[in-house]
Amino acid sequence: MRLLELEINGDRLHVAAPPHWTLLEVLRYELGLTGTKQGCDKGDCGACTVLVDGKPQLSCLMLGSAAQGHAITTIEGLLPAHRAQGGAGADPVQDAFDRCGALQCGFCQPGMMLSAKALLSENPTPTSTDIKHALSGNLCRCTGYTQILEAALLAATKTEEVL
Amino acid sequence: MLRLPTFQLHEPASLKEACALFAEHGAAAKILAGGTDLLPNLKHEIYDVDHVISLAKLPGITGFEMQGHDLVIGALTPLAQVATNPNIQKHAPALAQAASLVAGPQHRQMGTLGGNVMLDTRCQWINQSYFWREALGFCLKKDGTVCHVVEGGKKCVAAASNDTAPALMTLGASLTFVSATGTREIPIEDLWVADGINNKSARPGEILTEIRLPLRDHTHHGAYGKLRERGSIDFPLLGCAVRIDLDDADCVRDAAVSLVALQARPLLIKGVDALLQGLKLGSTELDQAIEAVAQLAHKKCKPLDNIPGDKDYRRRMVPVYVRRTLRAALDGTGPVHHI
Repeated sequence: MRLLELEINGDRLHVAAPPHWTLLEVLRYELGLTGTKQGCDKGDCGACTVLVDGKPQLSCLMLGSAAQGHAITTIEGLLPAHRAQGGAGADPVQDAFDRCGALQCGFCQPGMMLSAKALLSENPTPTSTDIKHALSGNLCRCTGYTQILEAALLAATKTEEVL
Repeated sequence: MLRLPTFQLHEPASLKEACALFAEHGAAAKILAGGTDLLPNLKHEIYDVDHVISLAKLPGITGFEMQGHDLVIGALTPLAQVATNPNIQKHAPALAQAASLVAGPQHRQMGTLGGNVMLDTRCQWINQSYFWREALGFCLKKDGTVCHVVEGGKKCVAAASNDTAPALMTLGASLTFVSATGTREIPIEDLWVADGINNKSARPGEILTEIRLPLRDHTHHGAYGKLRERGSIDFPLLGCAVRIDLDDADCVRDAAVSLVALQARPLLIKGVDALLQGLKLGSTELDQAIEAVAQLAHKKCKPLDNIPGDKDYRRRMVPVYVRRTLRAALDGTGPVHHI
């Protein structure tokens, strides 16, 4: 076992985990943060996407140890961060996905929303093409891409209002 | 659910320490950079390793630096940074374009240029879970004695699948390897070996630290073309990098074409420069020569059933992608990609 010091959703946490565990396994099985989904487990689907220092990365291909020294954001962290910044209601990305019905089974949704969040943080006024590129590492096995694209565009509008 | 096998994780704080660990553990160790190739392969039990040496805590082998007439890229530089760096886009457009098309956005944030150069070969019969491979019967690359691609084949034909490799070959890149016994710089052309089990000549214990590109001026034109099933995530079914340097009269001074995802090593097509040299931009002769280069590549490239995608279709796409990528380089419209 190895004692890890992680910064997850703004909280500094100490957790013991075997050295061969991925960040995904640490999040789900040590910290109970099951919003991060375990899909293909080999970097093909994007369901395990988390933000590492604001950039979308795959937690199934990152050792837990490698996450030390970086700010990790999981889907559970969006709402508290939004509220901490004085926002009301849900995070604009979560709210837009809700309003657009941008889910079917919902399995891809945390990864989709985090990829969208990372895009909007860098580019608050993306085009449809920008969104398609930014979300191209996240698969929706229900193929509900139309509403997901609409939600990301709506989130861009709402994010701009917030800014 | 795919779990990693157990291993001892080393996180050296210096390159010297990393080299000492690699020298000590040798073939029982693997180097971990971005992890986007190593971790899936470990999960698929393609390697028997007891030690993983992570480079995550090593300082100083990330980023870009001008050194005289060279542009030096640290091996741990993420592909996303290579794709968007203004100097790379200006001096080595084929490399920037190739890096921009590696896998998906998350992979490019994690994966490194050095990792893409050192990417293991791929084959549809090896990049599968242990359960799947055992059910089929193992192959030459790991655990078995037969090749499922070439009947009776005695040599592994898993394909080099690194998008940046052909771009770096057309650009005349050199690689710096550091080991416990010293430093070695080699032209990238000398890295490759025609063996799918291990297609690189890097010596045991050597760690890739730098990729060095000779700076090119405004007369340089380059582009990368990538064929794949989807617009993202996929490895190439065919990758094509080109370089065309013009002289002051807009005539071709030098040119190169390199392809990947065919066989165990990336292929630099010989004779391209002779076909294009001296021909003027916009001339009918240059158009005809581009077609001749496309046909030359078609003659030289014989894809196998080693990666997904019908091999006859992939071969028919060779001249198409060579032609389109050459034109994209001259027009400044690369990369060539179906989306």
